[in-house]
Amino acid sequence: METMLFYFFAFVAVATALLVITRRNPIHSALWLVLCFFSLAAVYVLLSAHFIAIIQIMVYVGAIMVLVLFVIMLLNLSEKELGDAKPTVLKFCGVILSGIFMVLLADGVKVLAPQAAVSVDEKFGTAEMLGRLLFTDYLLPFEIASLLLLTAMIGAVVLAKKRR
Amino acid sequence: MQFAIQWLVDKFSFLSPISILLLISLMFIVGTVVLLLAMLYEGLGTYALRKIGGDIQVRIGPNRVGPVGLLQFLADGVKLFLKEDIVPTVVDKKLFILAPFITFAASCAAFVALSYSDRLVISNLNIGLFYLLAISSLVVIGVIMAGWASNSKWSLLGGMRAAAQIVSYEIPIGLSLLSVILITQSLNMGEIIRSQSGGWGILNWHIFHNPFVFISFFIYFTAALAEVNQTPFDLPETESELVAGYFTEYSGMRFGFFFMAEWGEIFIVSAIAVTLFLGGWQLPIINNLDIHIYLKNLLQLGVFLGKTFLLIYLMLWIRWTLPRLRVDQIMYMCWKVLLPFAFFNIIGTGLWLLIFKGKGIPELVIQLFS
Repeated sequence: METMLFYFFAFVAVATALLVITRRNPIHSALWLVLCFFSLAAVYVLLSAHFIAIIQIMVYVGAIMVLVLFVIMLLNLSEKELGDAKPTVLKFCGVILSGIFMVLLADGVKVLAPQAAVSVDEKFGTAEMLGRLLFTDYLLPFEIASLLLLTAMIGAVVLAKKRR
Repeated sequence: MQFAIQWLVDKFSFLSPISILLLISLMFIVGTVVLLLAMLYEGLGTYALRKIGGDIQVRIGPNRVGPVGLLQFLADGVKLFLKEDIVPTVVDKKLFILAPFITFAASCAAFVALSYSDRLVISNLNIGLFYLLAISSLVVIGVIMAGWASNSKWSLLGGMRAAAQIVSYEIPIGLSLLSVILITQSLNMGEIIRSQSGGWGILNWHIFHNPFVFISFFIYFTAALAEVNQTPFDLPETESELVAGYFTEYSGMRFGFFFMAEWGEIFIVSAIAVTLFLGGWQLPIINNLDIHIYLKNLLQLGVFLGKTFLLIYLMLWIRWTLPRLRVDQIMYMCWKVLLPFAFFNIIGTGLWLLIFKGKGIPELVIQLFS
């Protein structure tokens, strides 16, 4: 049952990701991306990381994608402003680069693959467990990430102020 | 729900096709029942809205269909179904058709995680509160879709305002709920309610725990009004400037779905307030009753719904009384008034828990006098 569900959501994630980059209309792309994030959240649930799944929906779907849609709608791009299709050279380069990336990724997955399934206790993936880990074993990366976010926030404020 | 699944797993091996079929049908049945109840509530909600509005404005309100107009919502529903379904030619057809369903589904999905009584929990989620916040934030996706797909000025402006408002007000909502989470140390709706039981009756409710939580409740309630677009904050659908905002171009049942989604959201935000601040399904008298467990649960359900409807009544009262704010005033209110206060409350509650070792005011008072 779980494997079935995994394949279903993995398929949806990949298919919607493809739709995101092939749609011509930016709004449609953004909405497909919403669905893509959703199926990723479902995969997180299957990994019994419920907290992360909800965070994924809350942050990406509920906030970030809303802002993305907001910006796209304000720009209100017409067919002309979207410009012609990208030149063939660029497309060619893109295909090669993503091919290399795929090979690297496959190599990484191959290292991980042989591990047997790990059974996790009931507390795994709860907010409590996650919080404990973040504030003990992973304190430094956690604090660095928060500094990064703070920098981004200050940067945004500075940029917004300059215009006046 | 959990019990039923557990029973199925025990009865059949989980992978057998029978159990999967039974599971799916069970999910379907529970889903349908929840949906039907939600729709009934939403229908009666529209009746209450007009009746209370009539009361406040010294009118009679709907009184023709059924006794005291009680069946008005059925008549309205039939009307909405029979109306011509207009899809304007210039709209983005797929998104236009999809938008009301996404909004409605998001608002209905939230009903699943609430704890209606001690036993009546449809889905006992470990992170129930978080799920509620995440799911109800999805409503805005449908709203934006509707606003953009309609291809009309009013809809687009309404959708924009809705998006800006809902995304902004989610932050004070989350932060004001955080001060309660600090006390309960759990995100499970049932556990949050159970942590408010004890010997001092309603003084055990979190709202009386310490002064910071008391302020948090009002921050939450104000932000929740904005989140569900109720009148002092109903900029996304101002009839005097935007016709009807993001659902201007919708007619018939498509409009009906938006309307019902709005009522679903009103219920959800009120129920969250009841669960976190006002003791959920607990009432001191009922807690101590020695009666059959099913009867007790039924009474608890009544208490929960009663408290929630009281809050909804308060919302409608505000809706019919206060004039509307300007757009810039709404943003000012969110970012410069509610947000600093919410942060202050989190720090205050944290310090309180540290200094008084997790004890609330009633507990401390009793300690002082004994």
